[in-house]
Amino acid sequence: MPVDVRLPTVLRPHAGGKSVVTLEGGTIGEILQALVTEYPDTSDQVLNADGTLHRFVNVYVNDDDVRYLSALETPVKAGDEVSILPAVAGG
Amino acid sequence: MGVHRSVLDLIGNTPMVDISQLSPNPNARIIIKLEGQNPGGSVKDRVALSLVEQAERDGVLKPGQPDQVLIEPSSGNTGIGLALVCGLRGYHLKVVLPENVSPERRQLLEVFGAEIIESPGAEASNGAVRMAQRLAAEHPEWRFLYQYGNAANPRAHYEHTGPEIWRDCPEVTHFVAGLGTSGTLLGVGRFLKEQNPSVQVWAIEPPAGERVDGLRNLDDGYIPPIFEELGGADLLDRKTVVRPRESIEWTRRLKSEAGLFVGISSGAAVAGAAKCAASLPEGQEAVIVVVSADGGWKYLSTGAWTDDLDVVTQRAEETIYF
Repeated sequence: MPVDVRLPTVLRPHAGGKSVVTLEGGTIGEILQALVTEYPDTSDQVLNADGTLHRFVNVYVNDDDVRYLSALETPVKAGDEVSILPAVAGG
Repeated sequence: MGVHRSVLDLIGNTPMVDISQLSPNPNARIIIKLEGQNPGGSVKDRVALSLVEQAERDGVLKPGQPDQVLIEPSSGNTGIGLALVCGLRGYHLKVVLPENVSPERRQLLEVFGAEIIESPGAEASNGAVRMAQRLAAEHPEWRFLYQYGNAANPRAHYEHTGPEIWRDCPEVTHFVAGLGTSGTLLGVGRFLKEQNPSVQVWAIEPPAGERVDGLRNLDDGYIPPIFEELGGADLLDRKTVVRPRESIEWTRRLKSEAGLFVGISSGAAVAGAAKCAASLPEGQEAVIVVVSADGGWKYLSTGAWTDDLDVVTQRAEETIYF
């Protein structure tokens, strides 16, 4: 099913300048595979060679970090909003 | 209360207030711990004192010896806490501060005698950390206590903030706090889970990485070393983003419905506590303790309580408030 994925500033040049892309998938892993298939330049930014999530990438479903849900197996459904954010410091 | 020997003795033992009127779930109480009551105005006073005292125990800093210089990256509150402590101990503090923090943070650093070194706002706190690391390497004679990589940061919360919460609210079932250096979550979360392993720990963060224009690529990302070294990913049960608009709406609700004048990150944390309350299975009782990192004083210039919500949201998106 189609899901909107919000991209951070740092990824937009690799995705045709778009801030939101619509991708098909039933899990976060499928959504990210669809992203790197459609925009190959995002591949080494988002995923490691073994298909796991890059350590400086945080992915959220409806603002919840998927690492604390079911990681790449986290299900997504129509109407969910997925966002990708780089890890940054606070404090 | 008595008479205290030093203002530093007033750090900690902050009050907690029941704000369950803001809970969306009648079975979930929400209790807020008011860290703005610390003498430097934020939770970071605890960290500052812990960092300096550990450095003195280690011989890195020598009380009474002249010309000792510290450098530290901070978006404000750690810098203000360090400036307070360093001023009393006679150390000279240089704070690497992103240029897009609220003017009050800068003013307070100046009031307490810190020297400010600006880092590019477009690189947010990541840029401040990098600049401080570079300057510390170029000046080995400066002391770099490095709050993001110093176990004395979470230890302040393990030894004080956590035990205070357990003493004042042993019925706690959930702990919610903002994620900056991760010190509060690591220290309090570990202490509470040792007392009661079923306590759930929720981290709240702003969508800071969304608009950081200064990142060249995602390899410029940053995870505090203490988070990785102390098993932060295993300790947290949930991590959730609260956006600026919602943060300001909850900051306003705290003022209007609970009489609490707290900073914008506190609005974000309480929005997270409300989300936690709303997520509970029906009938489950909970006591959610949430940390208010600072008071509202440093954010008056943002118009957070007075100006049009759209305008304030736009301003908040351009300002570091965590």
